Amino acid sequence: MQLARVIGTVVATIKNDSLKNRKLMVVQSLNKDLKPQGKPMVAVDAAGAGVGELVFWCRGKEASFPFKREDTPTDCTIVAIVDSDSHVCCG
Amino acid sequence: MILAKVLGNVVATQKNHRYDNARVMMCEQITPEGEGTGHTVLALDAVDSGVGDTVLIVQEGWSASTTATGKAGAAIDSAIVGVVDYIDLLEEE
Repeated sequence: MQLARVIGTVVATIKNDSLKNRKLMVVQSLNKDLKPQGKPMVAVDAAGAGVGELVFWCRGKEASFPFKREDTPTDCTIVAIVDSDSHVCCG
Repeated sequence: MILAKVLGNVVATQKNHRYDNARVMMCEQITPEGEGTGHTVLALDAVDSGVGDTVLIVQEGWSASTTATGKAGAAIDSAIVGVVDYIDLLEEE
């Protein structure tokens, strides 16, 4: 999983049926100092996150498990919302 | 598996239900020599590791879900599966 900041949303009208009614968010992964790490990704939201929130996302096949019965095609899914920036405790 | 050092933890109240009662640890990947690479990952703790520990992280879903929650098929891609005592490396000539 990667810690990330939600930096935007994506709107796509034409998409796979099982992506309907799913929120697509742009997430920027962060390091321990909450500085950007790597490139932004598009993630399906499974936690109810909003723009600006600190979240973490899951990669790979496991990313589709929150939507198990629908076979949602995703390899990047937001699975949790971090309580606040100060709830990332390092050291 | 990757080698990493545990830096701390992350608290999230609103999360996928399969993460309930799990500790999410912030870890930095390290080289076998113990130097940090600057790349951080989050992993569920399956072995009661602590801050400062050198750990083994498995980054494969089935293994990670099973070790961290006791059941496969969760949206979990990384889990801490061991605390490293020491690493023995071939000395460079």
